[in-house]
Amino acid sequence: MEATFGSTEFWRNGPQPGALYKFPGHVNTTQASQIGAAKRTLAPTVTGTSVLGLCFDGGVIIAADMLGSYGALARYRNLSRVMKVNDSAAIGISGDYADYQFMKSVIEQRVIDEECLNDGFQYTPKSLFSWMTRVLYNRRSNFNPLWNTFIVGGVQDGEPFLGYIDKIGVAYNDPTIASGYGAYIAAPLLRDAFEANPKMSLAEAEKKIDECMKVLYYRDARSLNKYEVAIVTKDGTMIKSPIVSETNWEVAHMIKGYE
Amino acid sequence: QGRIHQIEYAMEAVKQGSATVGLKSKSHAILVALKRASSELAAHQKKIIPIDDHIGVSIAGLTADARLLSNFMRSECLNSRYAYDSPLPVSRLVSAVGNKSQIPTQRYGRRPFGVGLLVAGYDDQGPHIYQTCPSANYYDCKAMAIGARSQSARTYVEKHLDKFLECSLDELIKHGLRALRETLPQEVELTTKNCSLGIVGKDMEFTIYDDDDVQKYLAMIEGEERSRAAPPADQAAMDTQEGEGQQPADPQPADPAVEEQGMEH
Repeated sequence: MEATFGSTEFWRNGPQPGALYKFPGHVNTTQASQIGAAKRTLAPTVTGTSVLGLCFDGGVIIAADMLGSYGALARYRNLSRVMKVNDSAAIGISGDYADYQFMKSVIEQRVIDEECLNDGFQYTPKSLFSWMTRVLYNRRSNFNPLWNTFIVGGVQDGEPFLGYIDKIGVAYNDPTIASGYGAYIAAPLLRDAFEANPKMSLAEAEKKIDECMKVLYYRDARSLNKYEVAIVTKDGTMIKSPIVSETNWEVAHMIKGYE
Repeated sequence: QGRIHQIEYAMEAVKQGSATVGLKSKSHAILVALKRASSELAAHQKKIIPIDDHIGVSIAGLTADARLLSNFMRSECLNSRYAYDSPLPVSRLVSAVGNKSQIPTQRYGRRPFGVGLLVAGYDDQGPHIYQTCPSANYYDCKAMAIGARSQSARTYVEKHLDKFLECSLDELIKHGLRALRETLPQEVELTTKNCSLGIVGKDMEFTIYDDDDVQKYLAMIEGEERSRAAPPADQAAMDTQEGEGQQPADPQPADPAVEEQGMEH
């Protein structure tokens, strides 16, 4: 800048024919090729679809199918997308599977560190939820998100808790939670069921979840009819796997126009 | 002989500070502290510092070091609340203080923190009283007293230990004030000016009672007999010598006690 203002030689550094002229005061932009290998997740690779969460009397259920999609290809058909954290909390994950694996190892290490402290305190669903929100929001603020949606669930002080955290740091809790296509298709079903019967039993909740997973299998093109369920009650956390719904494709021949 | 003298010297600073007592019941943890004024002109030095809604500390020793540590503790508590949306367990805070205090006991060019803390807190595991030392040791206590002439307070508290668990809050405070009173030389009484009280409990955020707010509790123990009653007038002259150094052991009843002046409070 000194050269252009201070000097009286205005004919230097002019536009070159065929080249892009850098006007005074331009900002240096770096292109992806200059950066080198991608340092940030710009698009997810292997992804999981919807995760559902439902509160029942004395606990929560979190359900997710076992598919890892490679774009439109149903590539990995035995992936676990629910994870037990400890006896009072579990999480379900949709989005990029690699980012989930990273988060999983971080959480597992933290749980181990806490066991080593051995002081009678462990991660509660709400504290886990709060911490994960901070992490995800911080990553998004640095334009380097973990491309996931996490459903955190568990029992805290005797009450069931379900929370939703997004890759952009959106976080909220509700008795019924669904991510991805589940938010459009399953959430209304779960909400109706919960509003009709907030104190439903575990069996009723499992039945409702099965119904929703079935509908998702019919309607979500990136889903699989094999899913897992994490159930958290005051007695601990258990994972039921695999569950296959009974589907009925009798009406399929009536659907026209998609050939 | 395997002794690190710098640490022992730092612990001396704690012993020179004015007394403070901590005790707990099933539902509350309290701190009572004797505030010292460096001169007639100066205000009585604050001894009890709030750390978080559920934790407070009382200090004995170098006030400046205490300020540093309490800032650190506040920061840890706030960070924990921000990240985990829940109060930091007292045991974890105290071990963080311990870890921080250990560093200057082993690093070249540094000195141990010259302050002892009594930490009173309430978390999911109930009320707690912890003691921290310049040596970086920390102790989980049923009750504790530190500072000048604190042995008398410890003796009182040991005698009445079994009563504390089932005590009501008012009874607990009375015990605390009596224990603190044990550390006073004759002719010196607990007043609203020199006494400070901190309480935390199940449904009670850490609250400090100073000046007039203490009067209500002092009134509860007024008129009670002290184990170290004021001697007759001819001995009174011996009590007021200051700046001559302190007797190393706690004085027996009827011995004159000497107040130590200085930066410790």
